[in-house]
Parts: sequence; C-alpha cells; structure tokens
Amino acid sequence: MTAPLVAVVDHGAGNLVSIAQGLERAGATVRVAAGPAGLTGCDGVVLPGVGATAAAMERLRSARMVEPLRGWDGPMLGICVGLQLLFERSEEDGADCLGILPGEVRRLKARRLPHIGWNDILVEKPDPLFDGLRDGALGYFVHSYAAMPDDPAVVVASAEYDAPFVAAVRWGEVCGVQFHPERSAATGLRILANFVDSIRCGVTAGAMAAFGDVRTGM
Amino acid sequence: MLRTRVIPCLDVAGGRVVKGVNFVDLVDEGDPVELAARYTAEGADEICYLDIGAAPEERATLLDLVHRTAREVFVPLTVGGGVRSPEDMRSVLRAGADKVAVNTAAVAVPDLIDRCAAAFGRQCVVLAVDAQSSAAGRWEVVVNGGRAPTGRDPIDWIAEGVERGAGEILLTSIDRDGTNNGYDLNLLAAATAVSHVPVIASGGAGVPAHFVDAVTEGGAAAVLAASTLHRGTLTINQIKGALATAGIPVREAA
Repeated sequence: MTAPLVAVVDHGAGNLVSIAQGLERAGATVRVAAGPAGLTGCDGVVLPGVGATAAAMERLRSARMVEPLRGWDGPMLGICVGLQLLFERSEEDGADCLGILPGEVRRLKARRLPHIGWNDILVEKPDPLFDGLRDGALGYFVHSYAAMPDDPAVVVASAEYDAPFVAAVRWGEVCGVQFHPERSAATGLRILANFVDSIRCGVTAGAMAAFGDVRTGM
Repeated sequence: MLRTRVIPCLDVAGGRVVKGVNFVDLVDEGDPVELAARYTAEGADEICYLDIGAAPEERATLLDLVHRTAREVFVPLTVGGGVRSPEDMRSVLRAGADKVAVNTAAVAVPDLIDRCAAAFGRQCVVLAVDAQSSAAGRWEVVVNGGRAPTGRDPIDWIAEGVERGAGEILLTSIDRDGTNNGYDLNLLAAATAVSHVPVIASGGAGVPAHFVDAVTEGGAAAVLAASTLHRGTLTINQIKGALATAGIPVREAA
C-alpha cells in the first residue's frame, strides 16, 4: 500500500485543515468524510473533535455516522474530543458517546480549566504512535475533560495538570490522543506519521491477538 | 508540567502584518505566513493573528491567509478581528484556526460569547479585551480597534465573559501597546484574580524581564509579543531563556 486513504470525519465544527495537511505530509491521501459513504474504501479513520461532546454526538447522529463508526473495524485515531467520543458516556452534558471502548469521560480535577497549553506526554507503555519520539516530548492540550477507561490496560500515555489524567489510549487498531498532534509541532507530525505508517504496515497482528476483542458489546 | 506560552501576535491588515504604537501609526512588518513560519521554527508556542482592519470586504483575504498558515504552521493558531456571529466563527475555524477571538461584537452583544461557546466549545472562544486607563487604578474597555471607549470596567467584563463561556482571555493594554515599557501589571493582576481561565498578557513587552513579571506578578498563563519580535529587538529564545532562568517552565524549541 503506497498511499493509504484516510478518512477525516467532518462533523462540522472545527479546523480540519491542519489534520489533513499533517496526514498528507506523512504520505496519506485524505478524504474528508461528512457522511457514511465517506468511510467506504478507506484504510483508516481519524475522528477529530472540538467543542462540546453532546454537540459533537448530535452532529455525528445527524450525519448518520454513529453506526458506521461503531462498526468500523480498521485503524482509527480519535483526537481530543474525538478520543473522548470513543468511550461510553461523558460527564460533560451527560452525553452518550460512541461506546467503542468501555469507560467514561470525566471533568479534570484542576484549579484552572480549560487546561490549555504544552504539557509532557508521559508514555506509559511502548506504542507504535510514539515511535521515534524523544524523551520529554510535549503535546498541545486544550480541554476540560479526560477519559477514564474501565480497563487501565488501554492507557498508553498520561499527562499531569494538578492531577494525572489519560493522554493516550490504544485498543487493537483503535487509538486516541487527548492532545492535538496536528498542533504539536514536530512531535505531533511524527505521531500522525506513525499512525499513517501503522495503516501501511498493519498494526502488528501479534499485538491485536494479545488484546483479544473486548470492545464494548462484542 | 504545563509550560508558559510565548505567542507572537501578528496584527494583519490587507493581507500584511502591520504594527503601530498605542494602536496607531501602523508600519508594514512583512508577510504573515512567512513570519508565522519563522516564529514557529524559532519556538513560538502558538500564533495569533488579529485582523485589525476587520473590514468585511477583506474577509476573504483573511480566510485565505488563515488557510495558508494552517497548512504551513503546526502550532495552534488563534484568529481575531471582525467576528460578529457563530457563522463568522465557523468560517474562521474551517479555514484552519484553532481558536477565535471575539472583541467589539461581544461587548455590543455579550450573548455572542454564550452562542459561540455552545456551538464550538469554550476552549476555542477567546475573549479579547482592549483596556485603557481611565483614572488612577481604573481602566475602561475600548472597542473598534482602540477607537471607541465604552465606559465598561474591563475586570467586570472579563468576569462576565468567563461566566458566559470564554475559555481564555487576551488582555491588551492600549496605554502600553507598542511602547516597550512593560505590561500593565496592575491591570493583569486584577484580571487574573477574577478569571479562572488562562489570561494572555499583551501590550508593552520590551525587555526579557517584562515577560517574567507578567507571569510572576501578573499571573499570566501566556505572554504575547509583537513589535519587539518583528523588529528583532528580542528573539523567542531570549524570552524563553529569561523565563526559564526565573524558574518558569517553557517549551524548548524542537
């Protein structure tokens, strides 16, 4: 596979320019997907997210994207609210999310919110997303909520803002980052390139087998 | 550990970067995309564009500029100037901005903040406030690019704006703008005392110590600089070096 086709889900509320550009620089062909047909024939999916969770879910519903995303069985990267949408529900507006991964999204316990700015990505376990990152790599965060997975084994990176929170998750081919790789300079471009590479090479079959398939409802 | 951000601010008009003193006497400072790319390479943590003309007929020029910048520059991009509705905000975000600053229109119709935050999330709504001293220890909000005093107390306005859904405050001292005399630390400290969202200090930075003071005395989460960077008086590295020496965590340039 020379240029993987990556769908960037467009739910109408944010900047897709830098995500698309970051993926293209990594050698992907990008298709902005505003409806279910946009996923057809794609090799991977990026689920971006800005804004409130309930509003994002509402937009996905009206775009008839909820079921296609739930049923997607290839590589998927959730970014920021896109990561949060992977879980079952969010404390923000009490919103139901996609429920691809078991767990909830809760408000950060911090004195000042939103958490805005560059912070350390504390890698908890090796992951293809983090290949080639130097120690002390920083990501750009802008959020007030973070995921609380039922299974701590899905956490591949954390970060700290008054208290520790989940900065990245992986379950088989599904992964997510709480920071914005498309806004995290060289570090972020490397992470997007690693995602594209993992589509090209396939996320290691061994890792997949080791994970089993314990996604919600499966 | 969260880093203190250093943000070059590019005032744009007619597709060019301009800079004045106390919001007037504008001088051409170069091409926005080129400058944004250069500052990013030098370690800028974020880029801020303020469309100071905010003329409706130049809207397409601004959006094109934002789009070209977002394709070149992989740090956050905040864009302000002339945003009067959630629809305006949407078009700026879709062009490639990450955060959008509202100013004059929000003073006129404060509900604009609530509506923008509801549509796009408070994390991408920046309330830009231009303040000018009115009497000893007091300030007032000035809109229309420093031309129209409103009589509003900026500290009250910031508290209201945060309550309504602003995720960040960009606070500019008109008295200090372009003077290199240092940030208005009293104004800044009064603002950070009422705001639980990050406050970006703007207006007046000229020497490295000013940036340190903005954080240690003013409580700023980020420091903005324009003329001192455009004219090469200071580099981003020098600013970050001064912050780091003072024990303030910064992101090293990659």
